[in-house]
Amino acid sequence: MIPSPIDIASASLLLFLLFAALAPLLRKNQRLLVYVFSLLTAAASIMGAAAGAIAVGRGSTERLVLLLGLPDLPFHMRLDPLTGFFLVVIGLLAFFVSVYSAGYLKGFLGKRKVTRLVIFCSLFVAGMFMVVLADDALFFLVSWEVMAAASYFLVMFEDERPENRRAAFLYLVIAHVGAIAILLSFGIMAGAATGFQNFSGYTFDAMRQAKFSPGWATAAFLLAFFGFAAKAGVVPLHVWLPEAHPVAPSNVSALMSGVMLKTAIYGIIRVTFDLLRVFPWWWGTIVLALGLASAVMGVLYALMQHDLKRLLAYHSVENIGIILIGIGLAMIFASFNMPLLAALALVAGLYHTLNHAMFKGLLFMGAGAVLHATEERNMEEMGGLIHLMPWTAALFLVGCVSISALPPFNGFVSEWLTFQAFLLSPSLPSPLMRLLLPLGAALLALTGALAAACFVKAFGVTFLGRWRGHRTPHIHEADWSMRSAMMMAAAACLCLGIFPTVVIGWMDVIPGRLVGSKISATAGAYGWMWLTPVAAGRASYSGPVVFLGMILILAAAYLALHVKAGKIHRGPAWDCGFEKMTPRMQYNATSFSMPIRRIFGFLFDVRERVRLAPQPAHPAFPVRLNYSLRVRDRLWSWIYRPIIDVSFLASRKIGNLQRGRIQTYLIYSFMTIIVLLVLAR
Amino acid sequence: MSIRPFLIEIVQVIALLGLSPLFIGWVRMLKCWTQGRSSAGMFRPYRDLAKLFSKDVVLAENASWIFRSTPYLVFGTAVLAGGIIPILSIELPLAPTADVIVLVGLFAIARFFTALAGMDIGTAFGGMGSSREMTIASLAEPAMLMSIFTVSLANRSTSLSHIVRAICSGESVMRPSLAFAFMAFVLIALTETGRIPVDNPATHLELTMIHEAMILEYSGRHLALIEWANMMKLCLFVMLGIASFAPWGIAIGGGVISVAGAFIFMTLKLAIVGTGLVTIETVLSKMRLFRLTEFLGSAFLLATLGMLCYFILE
Repeated sequence: MIPSPIDIASASLLLFLLFAALAPLLRKNQRLLVYVFSLLTAAASIMGAAAGAIAVGRGSTERLVLLLGLPDLPFHMRLDPLTGFFLVVIGLLAFFVSVYSAGYLKGFLGKRKVTRLVIFCSLFVAGMFMVVLADDALFFLVSWEVMAAASYFLVMFEDERPENRRAAFLYLVIAHVGAIAILLSFGIMAGAATGFQNFSGYTFDAMRQAKFSPGWATAAFLLAFFGFAAKAGVVPLHVWLPEAHPVAPSNVSALMSGVMLKTAIYGIIRVTFDLLRVFPWWWGTIVLALGLASAVMGVLYALMQHDLKRLLAYHSVENIGIILIGIGLAMIFASFNMPLLAALALVAGLYHTLNHAMFKGLLFMGAGAVLHATEERNMEEMGGLIHLMPWTAALFLVGCVSISALPPFNGFVSEWLTFQAFLLSPSLPSPLMRLLLPLGAALLALTGALAAACFVKAFGVTFLGRWRGHRTPHIHEADWSMRSAMMMAAAACLCLGIFPTVVIGWMDVIPGRLVGSKISATAGAYGWMWLTPVAAGRASYSGPVVFLGMILILAAAYLALHVKAGKIHRGPAWDCGFEKMTPRMQYNATSFSMPIRRIFGFLFDVRERVRLAPQPAHPAFPVRLNYSLRVRDRLWSWIYRPIIDVSFLASRKIGNLQRGRIQTYLIYSFMTIIVLLVLAR
Repeated sequence: MSIRPFLIEIVQVIALLGLSPLFIGWVRMLKCWTQGRSSAGMFRPYRDLAKLFSKDVVLAENASWIFRSTPYLVFGTAVLAGGIIPILSIELPLAPTADVIVLVGLFAIARFFTALAGMDIGTAFGGMGSSREMTIASLAEPAMLMSIFTVSLANRSTSLSHIVRAICSGESVMRPSLAFAFMAFVLIALTETGRIPVDNPATHLELTMIHEAMILEYSGRHLALIEWANMMKLCLFVMLGIASFAPWGIAIGGGVISVAGAFIFMTLKLAIVGTGLVTIETVLSKMRLFRLTEFLGSAFLLATLGMLCYFILE
């Protein structure tokens, strides 16, 4: 007999918690600890993913009441298709990362204890599982905090560096500002569900059955969206993300960027489509507008970076934006009562959620392998790694192609679906929406093209050309466990790109539940090879044919030319006959993005300085040129700096109350008594 | 399932492979005439390709497999796109594989790998070309998409076969929105195929070249494949424009006579477009790199105007 999905999910949770509890016993033998960690978390993650896959496949909903929680307010768990889908996203990437960790964490052996890292890592994954499984506000918030606190300690892992401590603090602050907003939002929904009479409204079931007045619903949505946007790194709440993600160990960065941000996406979908259910069209436009802003700004920020992991972190901002575009479109369509189009847009958003987890996980794992080998995060010092790390290079390239939305890989499919959703926007009844929405599609196209430019830069500067650094470290290829984890993630990217119809058929139950319509009847009408989201006449795409066609033509051209191939000679690079080339003359990350910086520079605070040191005898021939470039986030000085200043000022003013003089304190007490006497008469 | 569509498909791809050098030869010959030079004849590109194919390859010392496989990939995507765009007939077995957005994606793959190949050797020129190419491409993409959007809104499909059928059956005759979209498309096509005023295909002057800078290190059969793929790309953009704005003549069915007619129409249209291209290239001069924002900005503006026209007037 097959155990039910929720039992498998609970067993997986128990396994994580068990490992976290028992890990200190193994702290003496670090090598064994790493292997046990890798094995157990891999098993637990794949169990979670399997439970999710079964739940989505069956379209089943199961509930469980735990014997935990406050008196009379027990914790509830629920595994429905939406939860199942996110369990698959989290579990699959956590599985890859667990395999990867076996090799990656060995790099720390002998240098630093990893006990803390592995404990918080398993708590972190368990926290993410619990967030999506929770079925009441209390359990949700407890899980949310477990996830946030565990990831805080993971960011703090290498805490001897001041920038890591600063990043972790910033992360903690923004995570908690977000958590407060989510708490308030659930408070409003729970209160409105019972008319502010008792506590029984804290379960999601009670909220589902409640009828919210428009005012309360709007307040709850805005608070929840603010809270989840802070977690997802939506512009302008993104500032913590590029600080915190790069400084964590790379396996953790992969999890944070790949799946932790997705729990916020889950929260947005759960609150809007499942708990509140009815919403006006302008909620969708808020989500869509912020999604577009995040997508464009995220990719432009990424282009300005020369730190490989920071660049990837900014791309997470971009991809969260793309996901939110899909969800925002779905909300707009749903509010105008167009379930089929809403289903299409929601599938596009969810598909991109899954895709982003796979390729961003792959890219962070690749960046981790590079970091592991070169001990360098700055791309300006790298180059030519394709010769030294051929496997990592090829696998990283798969990630680059996927994230740049190039067919036949997976990033393309979800962006294509989003474009199709945009193309259907003219059927909306509102003329304003019809006029403005296509401009959103243009911004999405800009994002896609800039992402391709950014990954040409990232891959080209890191892996191609020649080594730019001053020192030449001993560079080694990633070991088998890291390689096999990256290979699995790359295979997932390719399969999700080639068989979209199968995946959409599997996940179609989710829009069926949430917006009341499915798309697989039309999307898969012509079999697994053809994806026709609305109708065959409107648009069609066939991943397998594109993939096979390209392979066949490539092979044919190669064979035809090699029947009587001329010889291949190796020689020095020609470079228009220029001889004295040095590796420092290559284009690097800064020079590659120079045209884009010049065109879009008005969005940033760019300070560029060139200083020439002329030769006294021949001023026309300078001896040295100093170039310095500083690119800053304008939003930091516009939004965050004033908030920081005001809070410091306020705390100083409030601090004046405490002078340490007994007379003052006696006056305070006296005043308090007087006030209480007047008020509570 | 009849075999005829497959035959048409094969004929179309062979026609594209065979005629694209001739089209380039025609453009170059006209250009020579208009500029008062004597030309090397229409068949020069064939002889160039044959020469390159018979030569040995000289690879730079640190060229990786990316550099070596890029020519095949670029050529492959061009041939695949040639099988998808309806050139002779809309009854192509490959046509439903990809709509216009996927086609743009196919061109993007070729560009992505060419840019990587430019950075592979580690010369300054290669990186310069890649950086410029990717910048220009990212500015061109939104305009391209808006133009496509307008066409597909007017014809209620992004599939080229359906667009051709809709226009030929007279559902959407001369609309103002399409006129604007067409103007935007011309600007974008000039950009994407690297013609004057964006890039000069004839130049090897170090500081102005864009596309040539990326493929500077190629030689022998690799260079031949890239050159051939480029000739096809120019033809494909012309065909893409014809299919979305003036498809009259493309066979709706699969009859021998109509396909032969389509072939004649195609040749005529290519000859006319070539003349237009030569006029543009003779009248205009190459722009500075940073003036291109205005050029592509106006393309975007035109496409947006087309979209607005569609919503307001139609």
